[in-house]
Amino acid sequence: MIEMHDIWKTYPDGTVALQSVNVVIDRNEFVYIVGPSGAGKSTFMKLIYREEVPSKGQLSVNGFNIGKLKQRKIPYVRRNIGVVFQDYRLLPKLTAYENVSFAMEVIEASKRQIRRRTMEVLDLVGLKHKAGSVPAQLSGGEQQRIAIARAIVNNPSVIVADEPTGNLDPETSWGIMKLLEEIHFRGTTIVMATHNKEIVNTLRKRVIAIERGTIVRDEPRGEYGYEI
Amino acid sequence: MRFSTLVRHIREGTKNVFRNGWMSFASMGSIIVSLFILGVFMILALNVDKLASQIENQVEIRVYLQLGTEQAKIDDINRQIGRIPEVKKVTFVSKEEGLQRLKENLDPDAQSALDGYENENNPLPDAFDVEVFDPQKVADVAKQIQAINASDADQPILGVKYGQGTVEKLFKITNAVRNVGLIVVAGLAVMAMFLISTTVKMTILARRREIAIMKLVGATNSFIRWPFFVEGVLIGVFGAAVTSAILLYGYSWLIRTTQYDLGLMLIKFASMQDVGGFIAGTLLVLGALLGIWGSTVSVRKYLKV
Repeated sequence: MIEMHDIWKTYPDGTVALQSVNVVIDRNEFVYIVGPSGAGKSTFMKLIYREEVPSKGQLSVNGFNIGKLKQRKIPYVRRNIGVVFQDYRLLPKLTAYENVSFAMEVIEASKRQIRRRTMEVLDLVGLKHKAGSVPAQLSGGEQQRIAIARAIVNNPSVIVADEPTGNLDPETSWGIMKLLEEIHFRGTTIVMATHNKEIVNTLRKRVIAIERGTIVRDEPRGEYGYEI
Repeated sequence: MRFSTLVRHIREGTKNVFRNGWMSFASMGSIIVSLFILGVFMILALNVDKLASQIENQVEIRVYLQLGTEQAKIDDINRQIGRIPEVKKVTFVSKEEGLQRLKENLDPDAQSALDGYENENNPLPDAFDVEVFDPQKVADVAKQIQAINASDADQPILGVKYGQGTVEKLFKITNAVRNVGLIVVAGLAVMAMFLISTTVKMTILARRREIAIMKLVGATNSFIRWPFFVEGVLIGVFGAAVTSAILLYGYSWLIRTTQYDLGLMLIKFASMQDVGGFIAGTLLVLGALLGIWGSTVSVRKYLKV
């Protein structure tokens, strides 16, 4: 599903973000990416959804060779990857419903499909009743749920979540984790970068630790392994 | 593209105009200001052109005939001049009419000086007034008339006059005025683009996040462009419509309030019919183009994510 062979990433300013990363993430895995700030977690995530390209090495996602992907093919690869951010990234002027449905308009789904599926995922994230609210009227946890609904509305095979609970209080964070578990249970691969020790140590999954751009630990059912 | 997607783009583009209320307002504002200045100068240029044409149209050729030319000959020359393609109208001015006109041009006190020159004492020759379609061609037509004379053994034409020298100078001036007008209008159009590009830069900043999110969920570039395109056209066309309305209303007011005073000075503004369609049409097309240009530039910069 996601395969990295000897991946290097050097930014134009000379910063080496990743060096010789080798990893395979299989279909329907749930993986935590942990490590100190600036270790290269975000770069690792960005490579998967092709916001960045590797400087060296072979990277394939869903069978696509990301390094050699043609510009016009990028949108089609992204449609199979749902991305969730710490800061939600909702469009402030659209309602919760529109924020989700527009991801389906992008793939030119029919009107009926859009209405049915959007309500379905809003129901799944427990916010059907807030469909008409704009982001400013929603709490942080609710906004993140809408962002997750947008990420899954097109049935992607992978969800890439970069610190999805980073801005949320512990209780709300657990709600989000329950939701991600549910989505994982329904058959979606989940790659989640996090600083949340409690979550990683309680909800045991595979843990990949990145430090100074290299993978220093990769354990099935691992622990967070850092203080804080 | 599906038809429903096209409808979606138009709907989204229209909604975006309202969603980005202030930005749309600012963009429209800069389009209105730019087009307004441009429009004022266009109206000015149209009037200068009209004035120049009015002056030019007073240029005529006067063809004098030899004294005692027979009527048959006169008719023949009349026909020959009429056959020249550039000639609009030939009017015969008999020596009697010529004297009458001369009298009318004189001061009433001085008119008596011409007493006694009537009838057989009339020293004036018969003549033709020749009007030309394009006044800039008078010199050319005058030459052709002279050629008629040369081909006739009797040499019935005494002289051809059209204000040689003065006419050439007049055309130099009117052409220069027209060119300056054109340059000013072109310069203003460029200035308008700069003014609008500043607004575009502001919208870019406001929109980059939106474009980034659209790309993230897998929108193709053309999918992203379309609503922006629709939005740009709407803002441009609406801005141009507002500008045209203001300009034309103002112009009709100007015509109404000054028609009496200026009428005395024999100056006439270009009429609403002359100006209205041209100004509104040009501004609408320009507005649409400016809107498209602005939205295209603002999107293109952030499409390469």
